[in-house]
Amino acid sequence: MTLHVLSVLVEDKPGVLARVASMFARRGFNIHSLAVGPSAEPGNSVMTVVVNAAEIEQVVKQLRKLINTIKITELDPAESVEREVMLVRVSADATKRGELLDAAAVFKAKAVDVGAASVTFEMTGTPAKVNDFLELVRPYGLIDVVKSGWIALARDSKTRNLRAIS
Amino acid sequence: MKITVAEALLKALEFEGVEVMFGHPGGAILPAYDPLYDSPIRHILARHEQGAGHMAEGYAQATGRVGVAIATSGPGATNLVTSLANAYMDSVPIVAITGQVPTYAIGNDAFQEAHTWGITMPATKHNYLVTDAAEIPDVIHEAFHLAGTGRPGPVLVDLPKDILNTAIEWREPTGRIDLPGYRPNTKGHPLQIRAAIDLILQAERPVLYAGGGVIAAGAHAELLELAEAANLPVTTTLMARGAFPDNHPLCLGMPGMHGLYAAITAMQKSDLLIAVGARFDDRVTGDPAAFAPDAKVIHIDIDPSEIGKIRTPDVPIVGDARTVLAQLNDKLARSLDGLEAPEHAAWLETIHGWQRDKAVSYEQNAAGPIKPQFVVEELYRITGGDAIVVAGVGQHQMWASQLWTYTKPRTWINSGGLGTMGYAIPAAIGAKVGMPDQLVYAIDGDGCFQMTMQELTTASTEGVPIKIAVLNNNNLGMVRQWQRLFYNERFSATELTDHTPDYVKLAEAMGCVGLRAEHPSEVGPVIEKSLTINDRPVVAEFKVDPDEMVFPMVPAGGSNDNVALSVEDLR
Repeated sequence: MTLHVLSVLVEDKPGVLARVASMFARRGFNIHSLAVGPSAEPGNSVMTVVVNAAEIEQVVKQLRKLINTIKITELDPAESVEREVMLVRVSADATKRGELLDAAAVFKAKAVDVGAASVTFEMTGTPAKVNDFLELVRPYGLIDVVKSGWIALARDSKTRNLRAIS
Repeated sequence: MKITVAEALLKALEFEGVEVMFGHPGGAILPAYDPLYDSPIRHILARHEQGAGHMAEGYAQATGRVGVAIATSGPGATNLVTSLANAYMDSVPIVAITGQVPTYAIGNDAFQEAHTWGITMPATKHNYLVTDAAEIPDVIHEAFHLAGTGRPGPVLVDLPKDILNTAIEWREPTGRIDLPGYRPNTKGHPLQIRAAIDLILQAERPVLYAGGGVIAAGAHAELLELAEAANLPVTTTLMARGAFPDNHPLCLGMPGMHGLYAAITAMQKSDLLIAVGARFDDRVTGDPAAFAPDAKVIHIDIDPSEIGKIRTPDVPIVGDARTVLAQLNDKLARSLDGLEAPEHAAWLETIHGWQRDKAVSYEQNAAGPIKPQFVVEELYRITGGDAIVVAGVGQHQMWASQLWTYTKPRTWINSGGLGTMGYAIPAAIGAKVGMPDQLVYAIDGDGCFQMTMQELTTASTEGVPIKIAVLNNNNLGMVRQWQRLFYNERFSATELTDHTPDYVKLAEAMGCVGLRAEHPSEVGPVIEKSLTINDRPVVAEFKVDPDEMVFPMVPAGGSNDNVALSVEDLR
């Protein structure tokens, strides 16, 4: 199984997310992450769907078959920018705080909340980098982790368009 | 002038050319039934919403037009779900209109509330919950466009009661379709057309594998032209019976689990399969890994997701079957440039040998019991085949497909992909409403019959004189066949008991004529008698041999190399 990153342009209509999720469930496809937000053109949304699949062709075709799907692009990691945002609250009293803040500085993670027993970091980076930071702080004791899911954009004029099938 | 959304709905349906709809009223859809009272649109009052849905399907399959079903919220909508799932599987164009609780009550578990939009999402091509009253004319127009174009299918429009009662300014649908993500590709790519013709001209053992898409696209004439021009034997799947004339020398008949030996084996031994509007269904392929191992594949379908789903083709062509077949015919003629296409004489001779030696057979003993196959053959003989045949699901369906010589599209209507028992009676009603001048003869089993027999009342009270041959073997015959073959004859829950119900009395109680044949000599006269009654529906019961089994048979999941022609072949 491989992770495939799909950028999916959909009409911004009620229930589009449910249609996508329902189709994945019905066809037995595996969503690794899904993030959605408004697109550049008003009236549409862009979903970044990361799919764990051996073969991506059927996934793309079934997504394309949804009436509200306008366009699908598979993004090659080498030719696109991929980012994820993570908020992580780590157990840390005053004795550990310095160490953690040093580590965070290396990863360019920001301390966004500091309490008596914990520090919360905001980390934005490639999904791999975000994971590295998570593993680094895990031994201190994770209290909460939330991730945005991947978002991605093709680098200028390097888009491989999967729409044309015939 | 302002009118209610309910009135606008009826006007929008009239605008789409709707002549009839099949439905059942209830609380949430009541506002739509009020203007229906004055509307030129005929309403057929089904006795169950599932029946209404299947009637809309039968109408669509017989006429090629979009069928319309209408039901109320909650149970009305959930009862429609089977027909939607059936229409989705078999690509039948229907539009379903459902009432919904008022928008302010949605989500509050109101009386007769169901999440229709969510429940029907995976059973429809597309669906709508209308929350903006002004959208109604365009939504209905879009729904018909989606149902009837591309790969046809069911579309549902859910209408909350307060929306139905809202006054809006009527305007005709603009006709503009605002579906940026829906642009079915109809014309095949020229390079693929050329590649397909190259393969066709090189093939030594080609088979044209025609599916339901040929009928949906109205591509039967183009199919015939290609088959004759390139000497290609043609197999018609269960959904494509009638797409190619069964009495044509190039016809192989039905493939698959209960298909004809020659059709199954020709596909299996072929070096080129030209699939048109077919989807490599498991009932056709058997074990897909063992299916047609030496065949190259040209796959023509309007739905790109069907291409490569089961079998990776050598030449994929996305497009409308009729358009693509016309392109192929054109290209073939230009490639041949006056020369003859390969005759495939040896291949056709091999196939004809299989047809001679491995034909479907049964024996009717004059003393009885009546063989179900004999009833089908007598029906064919006495009607001259000039009928729309409608079947349910099971043994009777397979015999009705195998033993009838179909020569025209839309003369065979059944539930293929979903395998919906009880399809025949309501689908026959829909077909007869759409084609009132045609003889519509349902061939049904007693198990199927009992699932939807309340619709006999619909047929008699609405004046829809269908005829139904019930092949009564007192059993769920196909299930019993599997129990006999694969479950050590442990007939768990398949016996339906002998005289319950009494089909003749039941038919009469429901306003139909009831006839019965218990002996082979009575079969012909009962059929002849049924053909003389045209003012009421007729139920003709044939008491048939419960031990008869459908052959040929490829056991589920098995390889199509192993076609059993009789029970001995499975032991």
